[in-house]
Amino acid sequence: MWGYIVRRLLLGIPTLLGVTLIVFSLMHLAPGDPISAMLPPDAPQEVVQMIRQQMGFDRPLPVQYWLWLTRVVQGDLGRSIATRRPVIQDIRSALGNTFILALAAACLGFTLGGTLGSLAAFSRGRWADKMFSAAAITGVSLPHYWVAILLIIIFSVELNWLPAMGMQSTGSESSGWGEVARHMILPTIALALIPMGVITRMARASVLEILSQEFVMTLRAKGLWSRTITRHVVKNAAPPVLTLMGLQFGYLLGGSVLVETVFSWPGSGYLLNLAIFQRDFPVLQGTILVLASFFVMLNLLVDIVQSFVDPRIRRT
Amino acid sequence: MAGMLNRCEAVTHEVLVGLFVGLLVLILCWTAAMGATERGGTLRIGMTAADIPYTGGQPDQGFEGFRFIGYQLYDPLVRWDLSQGEQLPAIVPGLSESWEVSKDDNTKWIFHLRRGVKFHDGTDFNADAVLWNWDALKNKDAPQYDPTQAGLISARATVIKSWRKLDEYTVEFTTTRPSSFVPYQLVYVFYVSPTQWEKVRRDWRALANSPAGTGPFKLTRLVPRERAELEPNRDYWDKKRVPMADKVVLLPMPEATTRLAALRSGQVDWIEVPPPDAIPGLRQAGFQVMLRPYPHNWTYTLALARPPWDNKLVRQAANYAIDREGICKSLLNGTCLPAIGEVYPSHPWFGNPKQRYEHNPAKAKELLQQAGYDGKGKRVKASMLISTSGSGQMLPLPMNEFVQENLREVGIDLELVTIEWNALTQRGRQGLQHPDNAQLGGMNISYNFQEPQSAFVRFFHSTSVPPVGANRMPYLNPEMDRLIEAAESEFDLDKQNQILAKAHEIIVDDAPWVFIVHDLNPRALSPKVKGFVQPQSWFVDLTLPWVEK
Repeated sequence: MWGYIVRRLLLGIPTLLGVTLIVFSLMHLAPGDPISAMLPPDAPQEVVQMIRQQMGFDRPLPVQYWLWLTRVVQGDLGRSIATRRPVIQDIRSALGNTFILALAAACLGFTLGGTLGSLAAFSRGRWADKMFSAAAITGVSLPHYWVAILLIIIFSVELNWLPAMGMQSTGSESSGWGEVARHMILPTIALALIPMGVITRMARASVLEILSQEFVMTLRAKGLWSRTITRHVVKNAAPPVLTLMGLQFGYLLGGSVLVETVFSWPGSGYLLNLAIFQRDFPVLQGTILVLASFFVMLNLLVDIVQSFVDPRIRRT
Repeated sequence: MAGMLNRCEAVTHEVLVGLFVGLLVLILCWTAAMGATERGGTLRIGMTAADIPYTGGQPDQGFEGFRFIGYQLYDPLVRWDLSQGEQLPAIVPGLSESWEVSKDDNTKWIFHLRRGVKFHDGTDFNADAVLWNWDALKNKDAPQYDPTQAGLISARATVIKSWRKLDEYTVEFTTTRPSSFVPYQLVYVFYVSPTQWEKVRRDWRALANSPAGTGPFKLTRLVPRERAELEPNRDYWDKKRVPMADKVVLLPMPEATTRLAALRSGQVDWIEVPPPDAIPGLRQAGFQVMLRPYPHNWTYTLALARPPWDNKLVRQAANYAIDREGICKSLLNGTCLPAIGEVYPSHPWFGNPKQRYEHNPAKAKELLQQAGYDGKGKRVKASMLISTSGSGQMLPLPMNEFVQENLREVGIDLELVTIEWNALTQRGRQGLQHPDNAQLGGMNISYNFQEPQSAFVRFFHSTSVPPVGANRMPYLNPEMDRLIEAAESEFDLDKQNQILAKAHEIIVDDAPWVFIVHDLNPRALSPKVKGFVQPQSWFVDLTLPWVEK
């Protein structure tokens, strides 16, 4: 098992290198530059050139990439061009904010998805199946930024029950976790829709597949209680659902650029969006590197958990 | 007996008058007291910026940075008087009480600094502090030199060559040429406490967390990308401008719908740039919608060195083809003003141009005929670089499509080339003569014309051609150069305005731009916000408003 983990971790290194190289190339191929974003539109071109030179952006791209990489290996993600804050500081706070939102959305989406998917499979062809399947398709199909705006209009503007933006009170009153929880409700719902839909569909398909296998018939023929049969079915149907949950959690951690922007939630999606518009290469590359690392680690974690759930994987 | 009665009556009369006056004074005092207790509150502002502008000195994020951070935490030597909106804001004393041009040499400006002013860290503001700050911005050998801040003011403080201390409270600036525009340049430069910079170990970034300016507000909390909290500087040197609100909270909200929802749900009291289609609803719901002309121009900058815009008749035809009223009324819900020049007609620089660009498609067609375009077989073809969004760009996509349709009707086929705002500003800096822009007919970038440098020098003087300035077209006219130089060397404001009005008349008649609209600077405020004055400016005075509790 340890050999497997080490092998997977080593395989992650070229993956991450590839990710940084692609991001670096794409950012430099796109028109616009960070100095232009930083200075007023009427700042003369010669001043832009001077600052570009001072920041090292006049060097050849491979040299810039190599310099960045050597710093990263030493644990230094550099400083933001736009704000001059250490990139790691920005990522830490943004990722923390996204993490709590992603966790809440994952809890909601995975619980609903797993439950609805399983219920749909166990009541195949009946109204519950049709209803839950329709809910799953709706969750996957609705653009979540549109749902976000709709939720804001209904619950913030019309009913005035929940805040429309941010993660803390906007005034001078004291802000604690209760406030954060209130601010989280709407973005969590908007963000949970897709994982809910995806997991519902996968759970339904997976449970249906297991239900059609002979061992289930054997269990029924042996006269086992339906609760025991359900436990066996769910356990056998879990591995693909777990894999998908891992991937979905990875996506959620990446932060939804649109949902975080609509709710002004200061997470990694919001940070990425800002970095793209400001062409803030260090922030963009640093954030994507950290997120990609999380993704690689999450996949590994899911595989390890799977091997505990399913002994067949452990044996292979 | 009669005398006694008269005396009694007189005494009674005096007592009654006394009682009446006493009562009146009492009512006045009570009213004043009530008024006084109403002042205060927390003013929460939804900005369009996606992050808090830099708080450690010269702000970034364009004029929004100046509006909400620069002029609140810091003071310039001279400042804009933003306390009224009827007229354009005048330059008034700030950290300097007075100033004069040397009688012997008109490239030397002497500023007499205000005494008794203290930075937020308690240290004195004096001539040494002024010199230290200018070294930070212009002297590459100074330890405090900061290239980023230097870049931020590079286009605004162009004529200052050197600075020196005459005594503890007097500073002399030398300019590169005789220039009456010096106050208009110094109004953009803020002063930071040198002691505070030393205290944060000479780290400009660290200074952003605990800045010390001299402004009417102090920064009390900064959470990047989330909020900045400002509290009144109770020891502010100008007692008339001690802020009325107890606290101001600045919140970055780049999404217009988010700002609108935050205002309507009571999370903020003030939003910048509400979506135009939301304005009737906001008014109906009792919100205050502020609209007022200010120095903003949404325009097409044309490539003048090549066809079709090298022909003045074609440029004038394009200007006559635009239905500006239609854009402002039907598309933007009254949030703009038709632009028939670089500045609006009530502006002192408007003058009396021969051309008055009303919507006149027939005249546009006639001018095109004269230029050799029949509108059928031979139509004008041009491309325009536009952005999807951007600072001051209003609603670029529908507005450009509207203009495209107007031009098509008279025989001008405009191809819209859409790119992202950052890329557009980069292409703009290169100028329309740059090989990257060789295929373009022009670009749609909105501008400010806050002062003569911004309005005339950078766009229309022949020495401002990129890479040194923003004369992107380029517009090369010796008469224009002469007028701009005459205005710059004229120290009498009225005469200077007259010269600039002449320059503006030429600009309107020559039409190097297609003038389209002036934004009306829309912002929406909760009915609880009192005392705010919307000036004819990109900036605001945040010391005036308070929030009813």
